[in-house]
Amino acid sequence: MSQPILQVDQLVKRFGGLVATDHCNLEIRAGEVHALIGPNGAGKTTLLAQLSGELASDSGRILFEGRDITRLPIHKRVAEGIVRSFQITTLLPRLTVRENLALAVQARTGHSFDFLGTVADESDLDEGAEEAARRVGLLDLMEHIVGTLSHGRQRALELGMALACKPRLLLLDEPMAGTDPEESKKMGDLINSLREEHTLILVEHDMDAVFRLADRVSVLVAGHVIASGQPDEIRNDPQVIAAYLGEDETATENMQ
Amino acid sequence: MISRFGPSRSTETPLLIGLPGPWTAIAVAVILAIYPLVMNSMGEDFYISMGSRVLILALAASALNLALGYGGMISLGHAAFLGIGGYAVAILAKSGIDAAWIAVPVAVGCAAAAACLIGAISLRTRGVYFIMITLAFAQLFYYLAISLPQFGGDDGLPMTARSVIPGLPLDGDLGFYYFVYFTAGLAFVLLYRLVSSRFGRALVAIRENERRMAAIGYPVYRLKLMAFTLSGGLAGLAGALLANLSLGVTPHTLTWHQSGILMVMVIIGGSGYFWGGITGAAIFLLLEETISAHTEHWNLVLGALLLFIVLVAPDGVMSLRERVRALLGRKPAGGAEAQSSIAAGEKAQ
Repeated sequence: MSQPILQVDQLVKRFGGLVATDHCNLEIRAGEVHALIGPNGAGKTTLLAQLSGELASDSGRILFEGRDITRLPIHKRVAEGIVRSFQITTLLPRLTVRENLALAVQARTGHSFDFLGTVADESDLDEGAEEAARRVGLLDLMEHIVGTLSHGRQRALELGMALACKPRLLLLDEPMAGTDPEESKKMGDLINSLREEHTLILVEHDMDAVFRLADRVSVLVAGHVIASGQPDEIRNDPQVIAAYLGEDETATENMQ
Repeated sequence: MISRFGPSRSTETPLLIGLPGPWTAIAVAVILAIYPLVMNSMGEDFYISMGSRVLILALAASALNLALGYGGMISLGHAAFLGIGGYAVAILAKSGIDAAWIAVPVAVGCAAAAACLIGAISLRTRGVYFIMITLAFAQLFYYLAISLPQFGGDDGLPMTARSVIPGLPLDGDLGFYYFVYFTAGLAFVLLYRLVSSRFGRALVAIRENERRMAAIGYPVYRLKLMAFTLSGGLAGLAGALLANLSLGVTPHTLTWHQSGILMVMVIIGGSGYFWGGITGAAIFLLLEETISAHTEHWNLVLGALLLFIVLVAPDGVMSLRERVRALLGRKPAGGAEAQSSIAAGEKAQ
């Protein structure tokens, strides 16, 4: 078994009296697609925000490749190689696809504090933007204004933005949200094609997709992981079935 | 316009919108260089000092435009930086330091330092809270100024003479105009480089979607603070020039009324357009000058006219260029492009 790339150790996040992440433990192995599932309100989005650095953790530790990143701000985590995508499409809608992607490349190559630097040579940004666009199938739409693209294409760009940051660990928050079956299948193929180069954490409600794509699955209930394992083990875990039965019968049916 | 992202495009997105072409900039620079000579030959020296005033407030409004228009930071406290720049020059002059090469940089430095401090605190808030906290800081400086008798208190601090540059007499309207022309000109070149650099691009993108910019690895807070500091420093430069123009500084420069006027200038000129602050300041001051010559109730007329401008051009006068183009259907600015990309999207599916 490969080394864990990410280790979450007794992580806690409180919102007033509500404990959203409750002493959560999680281990992600390098190179795997790790799905994070759980009933609504289980704390998946909160945990993802803690991993990406958007939310500060109250206690516990997050280790990335053995180093403690619990207190690192978002931009330092991105530099380390942890990048997230959003469930609700979060792009720069008035800009073109190329500009969106080039901004992601610029963040990585630096120079954003270069006030007076010449803007003559943008080939590095262009190359990176085109590489990411090719990856998510948007190469022929580079000059289009993002706000005019279809939802499915915006979802693809959402993933492309994260890819342009050259992540090693990619946190995908419901990449299939709101897509039609065909787009959803495309997105699944795309995610499948990423497993060669990236480690992925996949938060997803589409159980078909989860069990098709994931190497391992962790089930989050009430802020902590109740089970972690191969898809088949998870499918038949009585604790998991009980957790889902209490919340949502159709989800359990989907899992069977 | 040359796109900075590869091949040129018919549409100007917010990253590129409103950046001046080189010919426009050269034309404006030449006209402004000739302007005082023409006025001088006509014996209208009053209009030379009026020109200096327009240039100075154009700089102040453009400084605010960097924070407000480009950075999306709605500051209602920029009068503080204008005032700090002015007070710095006046205080130095009072203590016998009247060399421009000392006074002006000190003024800029003080204003930038104040902006850095105010920004560091204010930028932890959002929306209305940011507006209120910048306003509160400016009021703090206002009350500080009127409560310190050594700084002139309510009466302000007069200067006996303008700052001194060896070889260039600034006491005359013409000499002073050229001092303002070159100083502000330099600042405008700096501003242009700033907004068209990678820094400027990141700043605009943060205005467009801060959350996304943070997620792809931008140190959003630091970038905004840097822009706010630069904006404050440039407003301080305008303040230093203004104190020289009016031979002194009064607490009125620090009032929220002054902050409001700067904001009105940016809004009518076009927030986020390079020429926005300049156009807005020129329109505002010229209208004020013209109307106040005719009626005592010039504020009422000015208000009505400004309201009219905002109704006709909600995004500012500089946005009219795109509007006119879109109406003529010559060079589509967004609308037609949007249509075609939807069509292309459908075709591809």
